Amino acid sequence: MTETISAEPYSPDPITPVLTANWGDDRAWKITNYERRGGYKALRTALQQPQGDLVQLVKDSQLRGRGGAGFPTGNKWGFLPDNGAPRYLVVNADESEPGACKDMPLMMASPHTLVEGIAISSYAFNAHYAFIYVRGEVLHVIRRLQQAVREAYSAGYLGRNMLGMGYDLEVIVHAGAGAYICGEETALLDSLEGRRGQPRLKPPFPAVAGLYGSPTVINNVESISTIPSIVAGGADWFTSMGVDNGKGMGIFSLSGHVRNPGQIEVPLGTTLRQLLDITGGIREGHQLKFWTPGGSSSPIFTAEHLDTPLDYDSVAKAGSMLGTRSLQIFDETTSVVRAVTRWLEFYKHESCGKCTPCREGTWWLVQILKRIEAGQGQEGDVEKLLDICDNVGGKSFCALGDAAVTPINSAIKHFRDEFEAGYHTPAWELFPYEKNVIYAQPAGVAQ
Amino acid sequence: MTVTQNSSTEVEKKEDLVTITIDGVEVSVPKGTLVIRAAELIGIDIPRFCDHPLLDPVGACRQCMVEIPDMGNGRGFPKPQASCTITVMPGMKVETQQTSARAEKAQKGVMELLLINHPLDCPICDKGGECPLQNQSLSHGAGESRYDGVKRIYPKPINLSAQVLLDRERCVLCARCTRFSEQIAGDPFIKLVERGALQQVGIYERQPLESYWSGNVIQICPVGALTSADYRFRARPFDLVSVPSVAEHDSSGSAIRVDYRRGTVMRRLAGDDPEVNEEWISDKDRFAFRYGRGEDRLTTPLVRDGDVLRPASWPEAIDAAVEGLRKAGNSVGVLTGGRLPVEDAYGYSKFARAVLGTNDIDFRARPYGSNGNGAEEADFLAAAVAGTGRGVTFSDLENASAVLMAGFEPEDEGGIVFLRLRKAFRKTGLKSFQLAAYLSDGAAKMGATLVPTVPGDEANVLAELPAGIELDEKSVIIVGERLALVPGALTAALELSGRTGARLAWIPRRAGERGAVEAGCLPNLLPYGRPLADPSARVDVAAVWGTGSLPSEPGRDAEEILIAASGGQLEALVVGGVQPSDFRDPSIVRVGLENAGFVVSLEARASEVTERADVVLPVALLEERSGSFINWEGRERPFPVVIKKPNAMSDLRVLAALADGLGTDLGVRTTEQARAELAELGAWEGERAAAPQAAAGNPESVDGSNAVLSTWRLHLDDARVLEGEATLIRTARRAVARLSARTAAGAAITDQVVVSTDRGAVTFEAEIVDDMVDGVIWLPTRAISDRGPGGLAVSEHLAVSSGELVRIEGVVRIEGAQA
Repeated sequence: MTETISAEPYSPDPITPVLTANWGDDRAWKITNYERRGGYKALRTALQQPQGDLVQLVKDSQLRGRGGAGFPTGNKWGFLPDNGAPRYLVVNADESEPGACKDMPLMMASPHTLVEGIAISSYAFNAHYAFIYVRGEVLHVIRRLQQAVREAYSAGYLGRNMLGMGYDLEVIVHAGAGAYICGEETALLDSLEGRRGQPRLKPPFPAVAGLYGSPTVINNVESISTIPSIVAGGADWFTSMGVDNGKGMGIFSLSGHVRNPGQIEVPLGTTLRQLLDITGGIREGHQLKFWTPGGSSSPIFTAEHLDTPLDYDSVAKAGSMLGTRSLQIFDETTSVVRAVTRWLEFYKHESCGKCTPCREGTWWLVQILKRIEAGQGQEGDVEKLLDICDNVGGKSFCALGDAAVTPINSAIKHFRDEFEAGYHTPAWELFPYEKNVIYAQPAGVAQ
Repeated sequence: MTVTQNSSTEVEKKEDLVTITIDGVEVSVPKGTLVIRAAELIGIDIPRFCDHPLLDPVGACRQCMVEIPDMGNGRGFPKPQASCTITVMPGMKVETQQTSARAEKAQKGVMELLLINHPLDCPICDKGGECPLQNQSLSHGAGESRYDGVKRIYPKPINLSAQVLLDRERCVLCARCTRFSEQIAGDPFIKLVERGALQQVGIYERQPLESYWSGNVIQICPVGALTSADYRFRARPFDLVSVPSVAEHDSSGSAIRVDYRRGTVMRRLAGDDPEVNEEWISDKDRFAFRYGRGEDRLTTPLVRDGDVLRPASWPEAIDAAVEGLRKAGNSVGVLTGGRLPVEDAYGYSKFARAVLGTNDIDFRARPYGSNGNGAEEADFLAAAVAGTGRGVTFSDLENASAVLMAGFEPEDEGGIVFLRLRKAFRKTGLKSFQLAAYLSDGAAKMGATLVPTVPGDEANVLAELPAGIELDEKSVIIVGERLALVPGALTAALELSGRTGARLAWIPRRAGERGAVEAGCLPNLLPYGRPLADPSARVDVAAVWGTGSLPSEPGRDAEEILIAASGGQLEALVVGGVQPSDFRDPSIVRVGLENAGFVVSLEARASEVTERADVVLPVALLEERSGSFINWEGRERPFPVVIKKPNAMSDLRVLAALADGLGTDLGVRTTEQARAELAELGAWEGERAAAPQAAAGNPESVDGSNAVLSTWRLHLDDARVLEGEATLIRTARRAVARLSARTAAGAAITDQVVVSTDRGAVTFEAEIVDDMVDGVIWLPTRAISDRGPGGLAVSEHLAVSSGELVRIEGVVRIEGAQA
């Protein structure tokens, strides 16, 4: 890590391992191994600086939130009112969208990167309590985080009088109870407070009245984990990577019909074609059919978008969202109807129920999609789907409803004929499901 | 209308007006107004379900979508917005379904989605015909549904409480009921549980929705998901005739709507009176209206014939009563009870003075301690309450700088007062203080601070309030009727008011008490605060009444009247609604009634007085006659006839007939005549009665085997009006004895406690209360008994009152013994 966080000039090498640099180390999650790489030096540096300088540094780095929305992190920190109330940092580690797989491996491989980021960030905007809200199902990650936090306390990086430099910080690892909606920041706050996770009415925004009614910063795991490298490397180093309005590097997760699924850290603005070239491409003998740039909530792309730079603005211009950089790759064996139906079942299951469009819309959409998948669609079902999507999208309380209709709208845009084929032919006849399986069982072996 | 504010603040508010344009129409509204509310003001009806003007916005149903092309800064919202959660901004432009196709489509889309899982059972649904979902789907929805899928179904209905039933498949999950329970009532016993389309309203398994306010959730449910066990499937809205009326179960005078069908009241709903009860009523006001339908209803006059009462005609009964009263002359005591409309109370007051020639009249039925304290209370009422007109109001409570409560449990005894105080606590952080032995449930829900007080010590605490209680001219001292039981306490409350400038509000429990005070149903008082002792006041009243002179000798109070009747000093009694167990020692009442030479009872239902009466004259139920209550604020609350009966007799009408028989014209026969004469009397402009000057006593001291009794009546107990209300009674709070851990340990009390006096003993479940003052035991004054009908009254078993000593001991349980 020492190499990467020293202020090296931007390398033309498309791979820029910063957060992932130590993932291959032996037991990279242990504090001693993290320190051997230069870990926690940035914290020492940060604690010697005025707090305002750190906020300015993050503003100068132009770091945008890595959780999907891409809001400038430094600006978020700058919104906190000075009203005497305690301030809180909440790390959103509720990663649970289909396809999203960057925060969990990061916290598994190098939890101290996050812990160091939390320590620096909390100091920067004067929070004395920080919470890591981790998705409840990932018990192994929770345990690893708990251990890392314990190690950091023992080493004096957390707790009272951190590093003897007079700052106090308590870090609490909190396990969620397994609800996708708790990734929505205000639902997360409700859940953290011990209530049922449902999004809150905004305003007031969390920066003004968040956790326990106090000013609260909610940042994604990757955003916070990026902070130590910015402190170590400086804003110029960070902005030397990436593109305009999308500086720095990011972890991209490839999954689906690719030879080598996994995480790869590259500058923002890298294209899928480059990523496939680096990682080995689509699985043997198949071609790309469609893919998601940012998980199931982002409108799908097709082969025509292979050269779209994967940064916030370029992806948005092409009609989708960079989101969590969760690249789900589907080849020509995939029924888009089947894929969309599975996604919608997820959204129906995860809709919190608070607002009508999302709660009732997903209930209805799944029923229509299922009959289309079964070849029992009725004339006009595609128009009906689009109309219901219009009644749900932009009408729901939070973004979950918008996310739910995104795959349907974009899939019909690109593959309308496949949906219409569902009026007479089941998807499993058009796209035999066994051909779609990546790790196919040899014939005759029971599933 | 839901806004309650003084006219003075309205003027200030005008400077804060914000002008916006809705559908091309400019409207100026106070800053902070929601767009949906601003649209209402110019007659644009945006459909909605979750929105309720008295609940915090939630934005859950998404029905009220509008377009906002300009937020006032030149930029618009890209997507339609819920108008129930957006506040107005200067220069904002709003397009509703009237002018925006996108807004209309959004609304129609949401309506369709709301209906996909809604059953088409309107023909058998209680709400059908008055259902916001039904109405708005007709006005803002599509005629045909495009939904041909599977609807979610649930077993139906389930109980949220004995009274409130939930049909989950009808629910649109608007969260009105859950928000009401949490925000307004402070009883968050229902919550939304589960998620997605399976989200539903649920209760915690060991805590049903046993709230005194639960019925309101049925009324504000915008669909037929919540129904009451009492009304479910009993009537259709379009068969009902609605009459606005006033509730009779507390002194708030809540506006209600009475719905009847074919001569029978089917249900009662909260009326909308922003100055009084806003849009809420208690469960008692809502559900307890069948008390006149039992076997005990008196339908014909009765006349004593030896040992039996036999039915008689009205003329015969009137003649019999007149004969008995004529024999007694002016040696008659009049007990009216605290539940009469003011016109009837006025009839009694005038009947006693002008016809019988006595001041032995008292409306009070109170458990004064062994020394009696009726005189201090009568003086207090004469000096500080009677004839003071509209004093402290609900709005004043809401805007008070601080509230101090003495002898008062806001929720059990205050009705709507509790809701308004809780609202002030939520909205403006009202500081309040309660003089009590422990912080009661209702006081806790309004964030009150306990001023620990041993019953009997109130006068001393009021005289020297602990530090931290600051009262000023905008503060209110709430005095409950119970404070009268403590010698010197009312005197101290008046002095405190004088010392600090804080205003005083006397809040009795019963609906007719303030009216009775105004009518002069007290031994020392003529109508509207005219002191009996003041000759010019007597002349003033006599002039209006057209009588020569009025008796000047001060009368006896209720207990003295009964004792005098037992001892033969009084020859006859005229009794309205009086229940012996309301007194400290019911036997005094019974003996008084039995030993009186002649008893005339005016009652709607047979009672213990009936059994002991010589002539029983049946009077009408409230729903059969008109009248008015004067609520604790001093506000007149007139109510009309709901059910017209050909021969309904009010107390006043009966008294007029008796007066005729006695040869003196009462001068008033009808409600209207009584009102006119009261208006003619008008306010007293002479000197007011002097304030009481009673000495404060000291609380009893205890020794471990005994404790000082603290007691008040619960909102739901074995009250006679609740007889037959089986469902309502099942939502009552459990009757337990409350005491501190130390007091319990001192008397070896664990699960149960036996409370006893020389009169008898009664056993309660014991509940340890952390902040209870040591040496005090709290008991409910009355309780619903699980040992059969008749209930349980502390007076019957113990003949003891608040502030007196009772013996306490734990129940020794023998292992293995059969109960």
